[in-house]
Amino acid sequence: MNSTVAATHHHGPASGIGRWLFTTNHKDIGTLYLWFSFIMFLTGGCMALLIRAELFQPGLQLIQPDFFNQMTTMHGLIMVFGAVMPAFVGLANWMIPMMVGAPDMALPRMNNWSFWILPFAFSMMLLTLFMEGGAPNFGWTFYAPLSTTYAPPSVTYFIFAVHMMGISSIMGAINIIATILNLRAPGMTLMKMPLFVWTWLITAFLLIAVMPVLAGVVTMMLMDIHFGTSFFNAAGGGDPVLFQHIFWFFGHPEVYIMILPAFGIVSEIIPTFARKRLFGYASMVYATASIAILSFVVWAHHMFTVGLPLAGELFFMFATMLIAVPTGVKVFNWVATMFRGSMTFETPMLFALAFVVLFTIGGFSGLMLAIAPVDFQYHDTYFVVAHFHYVLVPGAVFAIMAGAYYWLPKWCGNYYNETMGKVHFWCSFIGVNITFFPMHFIGLAGMPRRIPDYALQFADFNAVATVGAFIFGFSQLIFLYNVISCIRKGKQASAEVWEGSHGLEWTIPSPAPYHSFSEPPQVK
Amino acid sequence: MIRTILGFPLLLLFAGSAQAAWEVNLPQGVTEISREVYDLHMIIFWICVAIGVVVFGAMLWSVIYHRKSRGAKAHNFHENVVVEIIWTIIPFFILIAMAVPATATLIKMYDNSESELDIQITGYQWKWRYQYLGEDVDFFSSLSTPREQINNSEEKGEHYLLEVDNPLVIPAGKKVRFLLTANDVIHSWWVPELAVKKDAIPGFINEAWVIVDQPGTYRGQCAELCGKDHGFMPVVVEVKPQAEYDAWLAEVKQADKAASEAALKTWNLADLMETGEQVYAKACLACHQTNGEGIPGAFPALKNSPIALGEPGPHIDIVLNGKTGTAMQAYRDQLSAVELAAVITYERNAWGNKVGDIVTPAQIAKLKE
Ligand code: HEC
Ligand code: HEM
Ligand SMILES: [Cu+2]
Ligand SMILES: [Cu+2]
Repeated sequence: MNSTVAATHHHGPASGIGRWLFTTNHKDIGTLYLWFSFIMFLTGGCMALLIRAELFQPGLQLIQPDFFNQMTTMHGLIMVFGAVMPAFVGLANWMIPMMVGAPDMALPRMNNWSFWILPFAFSMMLLTLFMEGGAPNFGWTFYAPLSTTYAPPSVTYFIFAVHMMGISSIMGAINIIATILNLRAPGMTLMKMPLFVWTWLITAFLLIAVMPVLAGVVTMMLMDIHFGTSFFNAAGGGDPVLFQHIFWFFGHPEVYIMILPAFGIVSEIIPTFARKRLFGYASMVYATASIAILSFVVWAHHMFTVGLPLAGELFFMFATMLIAVPTGVKVFNWVATMFRGSMTFETPMLFALAFVVLFTIGGFSGLMLAIAPVDFQYHDTYFVVAHFHYVLVPGAVFAIMAGAYYWLPKWCGNYYNETMGKVHFWCSFIGVNITFFPMHFIGLAGMPRRIPDYALQFADFNAVATVGAFIFGFSQLIFLYNVISCIRKGKQASAEVWEGSHGLEWTIPSPAPYHSFSEPPQVK
Repeated sequence: MIRTILGFPLLLLFAGSAQAAWEVNLPQGVTEISREVYDLHMIIFWICVAIGVVVFGAMLWSVIYHRKSRGAKAHNFHENVVVEIIWTIIPFFILIAMAVPATATLIKMYDNSESELDIQITGYQWKWRYQYLGEDVDFFSSLSTPREQINNSEEKGEHYLLEVDNPLVIPAGKKVRFLLTANDVIHSWWVPELAVKKDAIPGFINEAWVIVDQPGTYRGQCAELCGKDHGFMPVVVEVKPQAEYDAWLAEVKQADKAASEAALKTWNLADLMETGEQVYAKACLACHQTNGEGIPGAFPALKNSPIALGEPGPHIDIVLNGKTGTAMQAYRDQLSAVELAAVITYERNAWGNKVGDIVTPAQIAKLKE
């Protein structure tokens, strides 16, 4: 027994399915997370396409309203908890040990556990689609009492699935913090860490702070549904608005959990392809930290219409507007990094540039939404759908794709096909804008979100958005093909991979050896 | 990239001449507040456009001129405290410039005092109830678009999904205050042209107000996901000049009286079945379905249900009083005695249910007292 453990330890991965089930290796677990996330992305994407197909024309054609609500709910939950978050954890698993000069993550067994919980959580959630009464149908924000008193029986399974996801995230976050704080190579002070590591450190603290709040709110729901309490039931003396306060106290930091690591990735990529050091490293770190702190005091901007007192309304409006300042600093720094650089436009850079522009557009609509009296008009319309898709799809998802293309040669030792990468980029870029830009218009013109059918004046832009969604959706298959063929074969990559690359991960050979740094490197 | 960004303001400029189907902007609306909101929206939009032009312009400049293929050599500056402080402080002042007018408008919107008419608005799964306080006028307002249009077997009308059986009627030029609450889940009452969107929350009363000078019909929708037919609960507000409004009030009161008199007349099975079918389609079909089979796991079947086939007592009880904690509402106040008697009789004798008895309007009228 001892000798086999020692043997695998020195000679690379075990073989067969056991390698993946029992692995404690940060690269294997990173790979598992990334594939899981991609499968979830396609699953949630299929649901989005079904939603868009139903909305192609006015009238009910393909699906009935109740199933439509199940689709929007599952789409949102899967994309947030199944696609974006695990992708970032996967990238953290792969890259953080290599970036800080560590052999592996600090807590490898827990690492295995935090991944393997996820497939069970999502299987349980997806199987509710086949239950009597159907899957959760109350939106990814699951407002009470629609999600308690009036929910389908499957809500209990949903609650347990959310608990499992929360446990997984918290374990992942603890592991990342432990790795970053304890396993840095000698000489790597905090202010020398790559920005991806910094943003993940801050994200991990956010996760630990808010996932228990989410667990709390779903537990209160469970109590209301099965044990006769009335936390959210007005008839029993409870308060439905309390639900929203607790949910958004989790929910707003959650949206930063989905974007801070993206900031980190983009801050790695732009300097590489501009061949110039990141502008304003220190201010980037402070901006990230300020965004994280402010994210705890803005939650009620999602609740401007619930009837908050005037003072509350004003406080949350001002606090939200304030977030624009550090976010602006980040965008200015990226642009200043490009300024007077020597730029080339490989696929990761194209995605990163699109990120900067399109995320900023999402930021602009975010600023508009912060203005409470005008938010009364925007709230719960397609304008909001356009806003959060701009920050999540060409924001978070583009950053993840940029990161995947950027580090893929390091992971598997081969370059991906650059032409195919560019085709993927342009199809995605065009598709995303055709899908989500018109949603600003239909939202302003008055179309509420989460409706399966709409009045005739919204028809034309809805048709356009559906066409865009199919272009975007199907172009992800190009990515899939490109990644698989890159893993199989491709032009051999050097250790540096990119001409302008910088940092410890580019000092080890490509593909990266099974154990990154057995001897700690020296950082000057 | 930059084209998409410039496209938006251009489209807005042409919005005026565009057809309704290509509507791209907020409506200016018909109240003083709605126009202020529109102006705020436009100011902030143009500020964003200006910032966008500067930032994306700088970026585009770098992308074009500082590219390696043009022989650009990378400089190595990577921080500048003065510049960084400047671009932290300037946005701060821009934000203050936005916050000042926004605060002023918000304060006005929150001034709910001195209303001339109070209307309580209650959200129900999937209709609105309007109660004119102090006027003894109380009615429900639900979607009137026929199912055939929704299922595409008929041509869709001009106001598809934005039309109701009984619109809310208010007098022009008066300050009308809305008191919003809900009976089951959270709804949100929204009319874009009045710039009012307020959540209707069970157990709470929220306030909003309007003064509309211009008579007309203004349409909106429920804005908070409230279950299956959330997309099918529009709001229609008719603003009438005072005299017409008074006439309308008198007419409604007259109709109420006629309805309670109808309960005293004798009804036979065939008449009740005919009325019952209409009432069922209007009030019950959304959940219990056309064929009376419901949706398993969510809404029970009435076909072959023990309640519909058993003694009339429990059947009448659940329809009049609903069942708390479920989607089955109390219909006591929603329907007239005739309608209640008809729909109950209908359920007992439709889809192969053959109880054969009659529940009479008089019987119900007595229970409603
Ligand atoms: C919003 C959805 C909804 C609407 C609209 C609705 N019902 Fe129901 N109804 C329910 C639900 C849910 C139940 C089951 C309540 C329970 O858990 O016992 C129910 C139960 C019933 C029952 C008892 C059935 C049984 O076998 O237990 C009757 C009778 C009934 N409804 C009649 C009506 C009538 C008449 C109308 C129209 C005036 C109507 N319902 C409209 C949701 C609805
Ligand atoms: C193929 C690309 C995508 C398309 C076409 C798409 C489309 C849609 C549509 C049509 C809705 C429903 C809007 C409504 O009815 O209110 C929706 C909701 C949502 N989407 Fe996407 N989406 C895509 C990708 C994503 C991604 C990548 C994410 C997350 C990172 C995401 C997160 C959400 C969320 C959180 C909701 C809200 C769900 C709710 O209302 O409860 N989407 N999307
Ligand atoms: Cu938020
Ligand atoms: Cu609704």
